[in-house]
Amino acid sequence: MVNLEFNPERPIYLQIIDEIKKRIVRGDLKPGEKLPSQRELAAIMSVNPNTVQRAYRELEDTKIAETLRGQGTFVSSTISIKELQKDLAERALGEFLTEMSELGLSHSEIKELLEKALEKGVE
Amino acid sequence: MLLTATDVTKTYFGKPALRGFSYELDRGKIIGLLGPNGSGKSTLLKAIAGLIPVDSGKILVDGQKVGVRTKNQVAYLPEIDPFYQSHRVIDVLNFYKSCFKDFDTQRAEALLEELALERNQVIRSFSKGMRVRLKLVLTLSRRAPLLLLDEPLSGIDPLSRDTIIKAIAREFDPANQSIILSTHEVFESEGLFDEVVLLEKGQIKWQGHMESLRESSSLKRLLEEVYL
Repeated sequence: MVNLEFNPERPIYLQIIDEIKKRIVRGDLKPGEKLPSQRELAAIMSVNPNTVQRAYRELEDTKIAETLRGQGTFVSSTISIKELQKDLAERALGEFLTEMSELGLSHSEIKELLEKALEKGVE
Repeated sequence: MLLTATDVTKTYFGKPALRGFSYELDRGKIIGLLGPNGSGKSTLLKAIAGLIPVDSGKILVDGQKVGVRTKNQVAYLPEIDPFYQSHRVIDVLNFYKSCFKDFDTQRAEALLEELALERNQVIRSFSKGMRVRLKLVLTLSRRAPLLLLDEPLSGIDPLSRDTIIKAIAREFDPANQSIILSTHEVFESEGLFDEVVLLEKGQIKWQGHMESLRESSSLKRLLEEVYL
């Protein structure tokens, strides 16, 4: 994992979780694959090891990762990538909609813009 | 409590540096000590390290009043350079080994590599960034529960800064340690901190948890208020 530019408006542990989820959805991390140790990831991302620990704990609680005693933390082998993809998509959509309504656009205007953009094709 | 400061006051030649400073810190945290020049950051760290006496108030490290005995509990990284120009890195390590019983030579050798330094390099040839990296090797090679790092990130090249931040993140031992790091470079190091303490005129102006600040979207505003 490379350096992340952190968004100062969102807790870092959540951003670490998002990043790991994204990597799983993209196939960079496979079910059953070992995650970096907490210490390693803290160093790679230049963040507090407590923050990484919190992210890993949350990944375990949501069954995305599992820790095997003395062996490390692994991407859960039973994980549903489809579901993860849906989660991430919904979050991105939520952010998009918030931003659009902050710009004062109505639902039909947003829909229209979106359709036009989709016709043009995603970059 | 690893550190308890109660109503600490320190005056230099009639100029107050600390004015009724009180603070408590347990193990397991990295604290960012922020504040403008002259706000008392260095004075505070020196007082905790037992390098300067305070005028009034009390500082306890692991329940003991700051003094000769608490020096085993505290590893202090000074802002100034304590090195002889003609010394090689290995001479510095040997000197520290003779000063501190808890100095771990094996660990020091590993840290040299992690911080991209070599045993036979001479201090005279060192850049500011290399000097700070060496100071960090010395500080981290003691397994002290309380690490005080005075401005380890200021005025150095970006590569050294990055190396130092990563080394702190990797070597920090939350089960046994806490770190207080004073800094101006908060935008680059803020990911390291559990909490920040903002000093102004020798008092705590503000303190808080970084992740909660991010949650409430007030971190950016706070940092901008302090630093812009």
